[in-house]
Amino acid sequence: MSDPRAAILSRLRARHPAARPLPENPVRRFDWSPQERLSRFREALAAVRGEVVLVDEDWPLRLFAWLRARGANNLRYAPATELGQELEQAWPDGEAIRLMPHREPVETCRQELFANTDAGLTGCLGAIAETGSLVLWPSVQEPRLLSLVPPLHAVVLDARNIRSTFHEFLVAEDWVGQGLPTNALLITGPSKSADIEQTLAYGVHGPKELLVLVRQDLGLAGGA
Amino acid sequence: MIPEFPVRVSQALGNERVRRNIRRTMDGLVLKRHKAFPDEHELAVLRRRGKLIRGHALAHLPDLLEELERNCQRNGIQVHWAETAAEGNALVRDILRRHGADLVIKGKSMVSEEMGLNHYLEAQGIRAVETDLGEFILQLGDERPSHIIAPAIHKDRVEIAQRFAAHFPEYPYTEDIEGLTAIARRIMREHFGRAIAGLSGVNFAVAETGTLCLVENEGNGRLCTTAPQVHIAVCGIEKVIARLDQLPPLLTLLTRSATGQPITTYVNMISGPRREGELDGPREVHLVLLDNGRSRIHGDPQLSSTLRCIRCGACMNHCPVYSRLGGHAYGTVYPGPIGGVLEPQLQGLDRLGELADASSLCGACGEVCPVRIPLPALLRRLRAEGVRGRQGSRVVGQGSRRKPLHRLIWTLWRWVNAYPSLYRGLTGLGTRLRWLMPKHLGPWTRTRSAPALAPRSLHELARSEGFRGE
Amino acid sequence: MEKPLSVYFFGTCLIDMVLPQAGLAAMRLLRREGIEVIYPQGQTCCGQPAYNSGYDAEARTVARCQLDAFSRDIPVVVPSASCAGMMKVQYPKLFAGTPDQERAEALARRVVELTDFLARVLDWRPVDRGAPLKVVLHQSCSARREMGVADAAKDLLARLAHLETVEPDHAHECCGFGGTFAVKQPEISAAMAADKADAILATGAQVLVSQDAGCLLNLGGTLERRCPDAAAQPSPRPAVKHIAELLWERTHDS
Repeated sequence: MSDPRAAILSRLRARHPAARPLPENPVRRFDWSPQERLSRFREALAAVRGEVVLVDEDWPLRLFAWLRARGANNLRYAPATELGQELEQAWPDGEAIRLMPHREPVETCRQELFANTDAGLTGCLGAIAETGSLVLWPSVQEPRLLSLVPPLHAVVLDARNIRSTFHEFLVAEDWVGQGLPTNALLITGPSKSADIEQTLAYGVHGPKELLVLVRQDLGLAGGA
Repeated sequence: MIPEFPVRVSQALGNERVRRNIRRTMDGLVLKRHKAFPDEHELAVLRRRGKLIRGHALAHLPDLLEELERNCQRNGIQVHWAETAAEGNALVRDILRRHGADLVIKGKSMVSEEMGLNHYLEAQGIRAVETDLGEFILQLGDERPSHIIAPAIHKDRVEIAQRFAAHFPEYPYTEDIEGLTAIARRIMREHFGRAIAGLSGVNFAVAETGTLCLVENEGNGRLCTTAPQVHIAVCGIEKVIARLDQLPPLLTLLTRSATGQPITTYVNMISGPRREGELDGPREVHLVLLDNGRSRIHGDPQLSSTLRCIRCGACMNHCPVYSRLGGHAYGTVYPGPIGGVLEPQLQGLDRLGELADASSLCGACGEVCPVRIPLPALLRRLRAEGVRGRQGSRVVGQGSRRKPLHRLIWTLWRWVNAYPSLYRGLTGLGTRLRWLMPKHLGPWTRTRSAPALAPRSLHELARSEGFRGE
Repeated sequence: MEKPLSVYFFGTCLIDMVLPQAGLAAMRLLRREGIEVIYPQGQTCCGQPAYNSGYDAEARTVARCQLDAFSRDIPVVVPSASCAGMMKVQYPKLFAGTPDQERAEALARRVVELTDFLARVLDWRPVDRGAPLKVVLHQSCSARREMGVADAAKDLLARLAHLETVEPDHAHECCGFGGTFAVKQPEISAAMAADKADAILATGAQVLVSQDAGCLLNLGGTLERRCPDAAAQPSPRPAVKHIAELLWERTHDS
């Protein structure tokens, strides 16, 4: 039997189209002020039903209130992250919403994760103002399914990490140079489908609701 | 046995319900795309860039595929090559068998449709479950997608409710879209909880970083590529692009052209299996690169532009033929204008050449294509390949559509129109004997009255009004 | 392009045989503007039917006949965006790499669609002598896309003071003519024509105009079948006219 790889490549090489220079692809970016980036991000995300609230150090309490209003019984989070520690310290004691540190590999907590988890918390690398997207960069501490399986997903975003466009983001952060994680992700709103009569329905497979807690700092203090 | 194209056309045109469902969706998608590109200049710049990026990738395809393979392997992704759909199917089966998987959960993938993967696996004792909501609905009725991005648009909510009721009697009957979606979610969650293997397509494969990019709204694609032990991605060899920074322009062209969205809910960039210490993600990621006729298409300087396609479906949404027939009438995996160009090349003009005729060449498809594939010109080219006598191109089935009667007609037509005096004589005679003209002119007069020849031709009128004839 | 002293007129085979009054109206309009109109008696068909059916060699032979008939360096005015598109956009491709390439390219540069010529080159400002009239304008796909002259027809009608011009629902959509398409895929073509005819009827306009005779034959024939009773008052279906006929009718001294 012939080697399919060699056969395909040799057929492709049989034609010699003239080499072309890499097409020009200037970085799409906008000189928006930090305030404008935040407000555009907020607007774009709201358009796809993502909720944005501005917070400070009390963000765990805001998250708590949001979860309580939705009847959540528990929250899964990544304990080894800074966010995880802040969450643990500020979480109201003895209350109805149980914190579930996510430490085990999916193989041993699959059932818990899929059947018994109401909400997941993650951080993010930053966000994109133009499209209202969150940039997630799952890691050893913060696994991929945390942002996908629970019906509610909350994300903490630092306002200074909002860039104007995806293009600007990946170039400015030199994704190619630093190397990509196993699963870089853009998330723009809760899960949805329009497969039935082109009518939007939310929470098809992923979260039904998405909350972004935006921490403002220095440049933005008192801005909103 | 699938009936002949004209029969399918009649069936499609006779089905009022399907026609209504499809028309409604197409009108909606056309409007959404229109609103998504408010700035014509920006659209023109983007389309040009999209064309150049994809054209560049095709011009360097073998090198980029090797680079992709190298970088994928460096990332721990196992790369396989398949010349044919059968080879691709066998590769997928072998991977699944090695893991003892009797179930594979699938994200939406047109390439897997092209391979006929589900039926193949079924015959091998492996169940393939579609998890995209639209595909899930279709699989319950063993139907094929009628559109590449909105697969179940030919169905309305009542039909879907009835189908769910028949398959899942344990759930209360509902025609509510949120309710139907919730039922599907619960059923599929069970599969996600236990499947060992997941399968997906690929929207763009980035050579520079060895990254597989997938876009979707539901999250089923992420689940299929994250929750199981093994992830298999099937990908046409043309999907490669050179650089990571080429993703943003292509993504925005894709999602805005397809559904009018600035971006999909999820943009998933996979660069390898689970790494040391990570808590989830598949232990193995496999990339199956499928040729299945693409390298042959690549060999033709004009037709290779077919391979620029990023599968947005805009050509279908804007096609007056597609929006009346729907996808099933085409009888192929890829319907509409891109289907009329791609499928006859993949399967041969002898089998599917007729699809190239299923266009009025109105140009709507070419006008909206985000990577500026000259679809009308390619349709015309394939018509010419179908009737061309001499060999020379690599199009399968070249010359197979030559019919003696047609050749005779066009030869006569040429004679009449190539000799002005003959032309004038005949048109003059025709107009004088116009009372002899039949009232029934074959297909034309089935729904139209016959055109009447004028008493005097323009040639005569121009002469008698004193216009110089040179 | 500046206003020329003389132009060629390419009547198109369809107008020649079926709608010669439209061609004559167009030539009269041009002559009235002080332009010498030359109608080469050697002209036949642009070749598009064969070309769109894939019979390139046959199309080329016939197209060459037009290269001969319109050889002088003056504009060629064409009362059809479809045939104009064939000559302007497709001839250079059809003759690429042949000895006639240069001639084909030269002819392509000289081809102007009629409404574009009137609106843009002549900046024609007519006085409307007609009674108030509601007109529905159907733009051919070639006018919209291949030639990009759809604005011209709209403009011209807007310059006639007593006209109310409307476009049918789904105006951008093809009427289903497509040359040989109507014969090769009659059912699809008929479905498209039926929808277009219904959209036209829904406007309630008294007259249907277009810059392309092919669309008019298709739509006129379909309208006639859909509402055969033309004698009824008011007529349920619009009269069908080439735009040149309408423009001439409303602007000349009778």
